[in-house]
Amino acid sequence: MTKIGLEIHCQLTNLESKLFCSCKANYRGFEPNANICPVCIGLPGSLPRLNKKAVEKATMIAMSLNCNTPDKLAFFRKNYFYPDLPKNFQITQLNVYGEHSIGQNGTILVDDKEIRIRRIQLEEDPGRLIYEGISEKTQITLVDYNRAGTPLVEIVTEPDFENERQVRLFLNILSDLLDNLDVSNPSLEGAMRADGNISIEGGNKVEIKNVNSFHDLEKALHFEITRQESLISRDIPIEQETRHWDDKRKITISARIKEGEEDYRYFLEGDIPWITIDSQTLNKLKADMPESISSKKERYITKQIPAQVAEVLSSDKFCSDLFELAHNESNAIVIANLITTDLMGLVDTDEKREKSKLTHQHLTDLANSIETKEITRTSAKTALQECVATGLPVSEIISTLDLGHVSDESELNKIIDEIFIQEPNTVEQAKTNPETINYLIGKVMEKTKGRADPTLTLNIINKKLS
Amino acid sequence: MNLGISALRYVEEVKNGSFTIEEFISKTVEQIKKHDGKLHAYLSFDDHVIEQARNLDRKIANKEKIGSCFGMPISIKDNICVKGGKTTCASKMLENFVAPYDATVILKLKSEDVIIIGKTNLDEFAMGISTEFSAYGTSHNPWNTDYVPGGSSGGSAVSVSAFECIASLGSDTGGSVRNPASFCSVVGFKPTYGLISRYGLISYANSIEQIGPLTRTVEDTAFFLNIISGFDPNDDTTIDNKNEDYLSNIDAGVEGKKIGIIKEMVGQGTDKEVVSATNNAIKKFEELGAKIEEISLDMIDYSVASYYTITSTEAGSNLARYDNLRYGYDFPLEGYEFNSYISKARKNFGPEVTRRMILGGFVPSAGYAGKYFLKALRVKKKLTDEINEAFKKIDFLIAPTVPVLPFKIGEKIDDPVALFLLDFNTVIANLTGKPAISVPFEISNGLPIGIQLIANSMQDKPLLQAAYALQNTVKLPEVPI
Repeated sequence: MTKIGLEIHCQLTNLESKLFCSCKANYRGFEPNANICPVCIGLPGSLPRLNKKAVEKATMIAMSLNCNTPDKLAFFRKNYFYPDLPKNFQITQLNVYGEHSIGQNGTILVDDKEIRIRRIQLEEDPGRLIYEGISEKTQITLVDYNRAGTPLVEIVTEPDFENERQVRLFLNILSDLLDNLDVSNPSLEGAMRADGNISIEGGNKVEIKNVNSFHDLEKALHFEITRQESLISRDIPIEQETRHWDDKRKITISARIKEGEEDYRYFLEGDIPWITIDSQTLNKLKADMPESISSKKERYITKQIPAQVAEVLSSDKFCSDLFELAHNESNAIVIANLITTDLMGLVDTDEKREKSKLTHQHLTDLANSIETKEITRTSAKTALQECVATGLPVSEIISTLDLGHVSDESELNKIIDEIFIQEPNTVEQAKTNPETINYLIGKVMEKTKGRADPTLTLNIINKKLS
Repeated sequence: MNLGISALRYVEEVKNGSFTIEEFISKTVEQIKKHDGKLHAYLSFDDHVIEQARNLDRKIANKEKIGSCFGMPISIKDNICVKGGKTTCASKMLENFVAPYDATVILKLKSEDVIIIGKTNLDEFAMGISTEFSAYGTSHNPWNTDYVPGGSSGGSAVSVSAFECIASLGSDTGGSVRNPASFCSVVGFKPTYGLISRYGLISYANSIEQIGPLTRTVEDTAFFLNIISGFDPNDDTTIDNKNEDYLSNIDAGVEGKKIGIIKEMVGQGTDKEVVSATNNAIKKFEELGAKIEEISLDMIDYSVASYYTITSTEAGSNLARYDNLRYGYDFPLEGYEFNSYISKARKNFGPEVTRRMILGGFVPSAGYAGKYFLKALRVKKKLTDEINEAFKKIDFLIAPTVPVLPFKIGEKIDDPVALFLLDFNTVIANLTGKPAISVPFEISNGLPIGIQLIANSMQDKPLLQAAYALQNTVKLPEVPI
């Protein structure tokens, strides 16, 4: 059986400041080495001061993944040399001397399968290396410390995944969860990274590192499964090793170091005193936590919203936030429908969402207009497009674009008569086959640009056919 | 004008107009020019001290308010960051490091209008007890220049004792303030762990070290403690001391206090002159109405081993950043990859730092941590439990600060273990986080002996009261320079 475990690194990009200083947690958009201070570049004499908000947000993640959270948290030093590591040690967490990391032993349901979370820890991100120069001779390595000290949450799962599909579902659920908690923007480049370990029946565990996106992780896992299966089929043993993902060639390559060979000389970080999280703090955090996706979904279903729609709507923070403000008891279904069938397609990227001028008031007004038959559902879609693009009030959009309902019987009679003349064959068929009536209604909508009252149209057609 | 006055006296005299700040600073600079060539207390100087003095004199003349230090000349150990000047840690590795920020203690002192004369010598990265491990040459003891001044804050102790400033700040990881204070006959104080911010102190063993003042009198120590102690948002390990006034009631005395003699610190391995001085100090305390009892700590024999295991581990990590990428010196890169480059770069550390880095790479490593590092942590914990138990019954512990008299320069440099063992009496306060002070007590054949008092955590004020009482029982000769 294939067993896959994951190690996910997620930056808390929505925090104001870094884990141990007041530089920006979201380092993107700065000139190199412009988002730094004595603390995050580890200048002699500087000391870390723990960002309490990061501890709180990380604890929220742990609680959302049903982890145990310890009464006392501690930080440790992981000692190793690397040019992107300003102090040549990383401040992280460790559970070897008791369970003192942000969370342990959680579970999450993925496609009806329970995935166990081994531990969650809070740590600092290192800086970044930038390689420049064309040939090996002229290559230089530049160090940018803007990222150094960014709060990073590491989530380690048990090897409970059986295939890449489960991994993908899990990562989607996790992204939505982090977005919903408002701790991170998973779509920012490098905000979420994942390494995997994988073993198949009869083989040893192989770690895959250097994977820069969730998308590539799936590819890397797929490559590894295929590689390992092919080795097994030829009776070649699978060695326990670490392999690096080669982004360009889309293959994994042996890193030539045995797992566990490195000695990190972990010990307690004395500059950060133990943090006590008492039940009072924990309760407060629970109370402050945004409503979970599953709870939202349940609530939407009680409003008679179909389960499928409720699921889609609750998983998307941007849309569910709009829904919460826009809906009331009578228009919930219409608004949920407007959002999931039309709006989501209009704003399917972060960039479009940022540019969108739509407010919850637009949605409420559109639902009202549909309800009062001022416009048709089809015209509502057109109006929605305009709201997103211009942000003008719904009433103005309806009148400018002339989207108002055609509910005038004589006008509709005229249009339908024209269509009956143009489509004699269909009219004949419609007399015996009610399915064909829909085609005729479609034609009416086409002529009226979707403004015709559907019920009235149907009545008139039926009258004329009989 | 007497350069050897205390800080409190200095403030009085400036207020009285006995001399101007400029006069005192100029005289101090003259003193340094005259003696520091030989003593080598300082590594670098601020070139603008006279200007600063004039500015302050002008403010006084204009009846403007100035800080409580009134331009008092002080020196700073060269492992504490002072903005804009070099902070070398007496290491080649930081030969050209200019701190872009002030340590918290420096900010506090500057806001009280001290004048920082210069930065003082130390054993490289504060590792050593003689300043012989400074990359820039050893300092000399003003009481006898053939002798070491102690360390690692040796330059600070020399500068205070040779009237090259009024007071100094050092750092104490295992006795580095108290040891040179004892050898140079000045007061040296290590506070409760967390009482003084370490922000800007270049870390050696961060879990146990503290900044501490070196002064002429116990009152001066209280005066400086009032300025530099307390919570600092830049150091998560600092304690809120509620603006305690350490100077008020300093003459409270020790009547009825219980003082414990640590048996193991006046026995084998202690010079007979030192034992005799300690017994004299005990007699003085009895005369002042204190009750004396002998106590013994089971874990004490393991304290030095535990201390060196823990400090080496932390040093190995704290000094790892000196990889020559950001600090250090130029050499051609050709033929090196990252690891061999670092090996080569690290040859710029001196012998004592190298020794501890190697030790620090080994004792916490996988397979050996259980045998060494984790055991050392257990000793630290047990020792703390034992000493806490002792403080339920007694108020202070007394012991010689150093088991031996100052030794000659070069005498012990080749015997690192013998040097390590001289920390026996001082490391206990660091391992347990307790405040401790060394008070000048006797001069034996021209060489100073200090007596150490240790108190329970946050009992820094009573400790200073006891030290003050002891100080006032003796009148010591002037330094022979």
